[in-house]
Amino acid sequence: MANLTLVQAINLALVQEMEADESVVLLGEDVGLNGGVFRVTEGLAQRFGDHRVQNTPLDESGILGAAVGLAIAGMKPVPEIQFEGFLGPAYDQIVNHAARFRNRTRGAITIPMTLRVPVGGGIHAPELHSDSPEAIYTHSPGLKIVMPCTPYDAKGLLISAIRDPDPVIFFEPKRVYRAYREEVPEDEYTIPIGQAKVVSEGDDLTVVTWGASVFQCLEALDGLPEDVSVELIDLRTIDPIDTDTIAASVEKTGRCVVVHEAPMTAGLGAEISARVQERCFLHLQAPVQRVTGFDTIMPYYKLELEYMPDANRIGKGIRECLAY
Amino acid sequence: MTPATTKTTKNDRRSDDLSNETLIGWLRDMQLIREFESRTMQAYQQAKIGGFCHIYSGQEACAVGTINSVEKSDPVVTAYRDHGHALARGMSAEACMAEMFGKITGCAKGKGGSMHMFDRPNNLYGGHGIVGAQTPLGAGLAFGARYEWEVLGTGTKKVCLCYLGDGAIDQGAFHEALNLAALYSLPVIYIIENNGYSMGTAIHRHTANADNLIARGKSYGIESIEIDGFDVRNVYDAFKPLADDCRDMQRPGFVDLKTYRYQGHSMSDPQKYRTKDEVADWKSRDPIASLLHHLMNERECISEDAWSTMEDEIKTVVREAVEAAEAAPIPDVDTELASDVYALPMDNLSPSEDYKHGLKNPLM
Repeated sequence: MANLTLVQAINLALVQEMEADESVVLLGEDVGLNGGVFRVTEGLAQRFGDHRVQNTPLDESGILGAAVGLAIAGMKPVPEIQFEGFLGPAYDQIVNHAARFRNRTRGAITIPMTLRVPVGGGIHAPELHSDSPEAIYTHSPGLKIVMPCTPYDAKGLLISAIRDPDPVIFFEPKRVYRAYREEVPEDEYTIPIGQAKVVSEGDDLTVVTWGASVFQCLEALDGLPEDVSVELIDLRTIDPIDTDTIAASVEKTGRCVVVHEAPMTAGLGAEISARVQERCFLHLQAPVQRVTGFDTIMPYYKLELEYMPDANRIGKGIRECLAY
Repeated sequence: MTPATTKTTKNDRRSDDLSNETLIGWLRDMQLIREFESRTMQAYQQAKIGGFCHIYSGQEACAVGTINSVEKSDPVVTAYRDHGHALARGMSAEACMAEMFGKITGCAKGKGGSMHMFDRPNNLYGGHGIVGAQTPLGAGLAFGARYEWEVLGTGTKKVCLCYLGDGAIDQGAFHEALNLAALYSLPVIYIIENNGYSMGTAIHRHTANADNLIARGKSYGIESIEIDGFDVRNVYDAFKPLADDCRDMQRPGFVDLKTYRYQGHSMSDPQKYRTKDEVADWKSRDPIASLLHHLMNERECISEDAWSTMEDEIKTVVREAVEAAEAAPIPDVDTELASDVYALPMDNLSPSEDYKHGLKNPLM
């Protein structure tokens, strides 16, 4: 066991998968000697050689297109896009190629690619460097979307993602990158894609969230009266959504609050609310509450903490849902 | 647009060393594409083919000349005017036609259509509908092939053929792909099938420096050549050495392959942008007619009768392909509608909550 940050845990997973499988190839902007913008791939070029950790030009469409080509040719590419906002130029390759290749070839060709992308706000960056676009890609069949928030989960989920035969977008909440450490086993282990985690058990209300918001929710829970018992669910995988875990919890608590950083309208909170009412209608004691970013562009850093759901707003949402 | 003239003289033709059988095979391939496309147009007009349809007639020497310059194991990727490449690569007329008819016997089980011809055993990786978006895929395929040969030691030296039209050279992705190919020295040849029109816009109106497309390849340090793509022997003569060298040296190439399409951009093109005289001018040096002339009068290896028999045989093959496509069943809703989205499907994955594996793809 080692005490690792999220960055180090992801790095460890990459090392182990690259050692285990020579077809795992990394590519991205400055992922080589510099180790990437957040140093997640630090030391990998020195260890495995430039041919397995390819520095690329600043060409997101080229990176993703080449990664899809590599995957067709039998490799397991792990491209990195520096910030979620830079997915824009690569959108065509992700959604029109990676996501659709299996369907377009009717099962003949799959794209075992893991696209790593730092995501979310909280690091004093401007828009395009602080956004949460996970719903956009969830709306595209053919992709799997993962967003772990703990070092332990990140290592296990990244190994699963690299081994998965389908294209996976692996979102890394950049606010958590170096925020804290936890014990992470040296040995390889996997966490199945598609399984949410119950972070804390409770009987009165269910909070569903993912990414860095998990920590804001934990802080909000700390501020609640002691006799309020909240069940906190970290989705970990966004697509496929673990509806069973959510529904089992809401059937028990009768109340649900969904928390995410992305804007509210047509966000994943809407999808989760719909699934909860489909599955738990007769158990619900209150409408599902959403505590989310606002329907505006992610603001620059002086206002970012106003934009993102914090413990106060989450706590307020929980209290309102409880009082309904 | 006027026809380009052949630069290569008769004496330095490398194709002269090829057997009569080989060249007769090219003639058959080109005629098959021509006949296939006329039946395709017919079927489209009868509303038996859905969606959009881009006809290859006129450009046959491009696919046949280049594909016959490389090995079957070399990866090929192209854009949406892809029937010719599929047939030249060895896909059966039946699988190709059935795909457009939306039938289960098609190369992609009748769910991809005209623009999405895939044939894994023949290393044809599409058929792509987004203009220029296949060009980074070509770089990646070449990267993978080189990695397989050089790092994993499990493959032979390969060269990837990546086709695009002259309209696609204006796309950003293409320049990213050229840069990657040159930077990493990837064995991929970008073949611009330059038919002079970007949909309905003539090349001088859609791209800068239109008379010197190879300057773009050269600007990335890539060996770039112009080839008269209206003469299949000429295509082979000029392309084969480039392909051999790109494979041997594991480096990229760039070809401005000048050609012409007889039909509109798609089946719904009013063709207001060109004159009938222009089309007739190009047809006067038709690639199939000139190869036939060579084989009949210079090599004297095919008679009028043999040619007539070949034409009839091809007509039969294509007619039977159409009949088979018509007779074949449509994809079964229960097994096919939501299948083949994920290799490892799981609960709650849209859109296939009740996922069922589809039938095995007949061609794959």
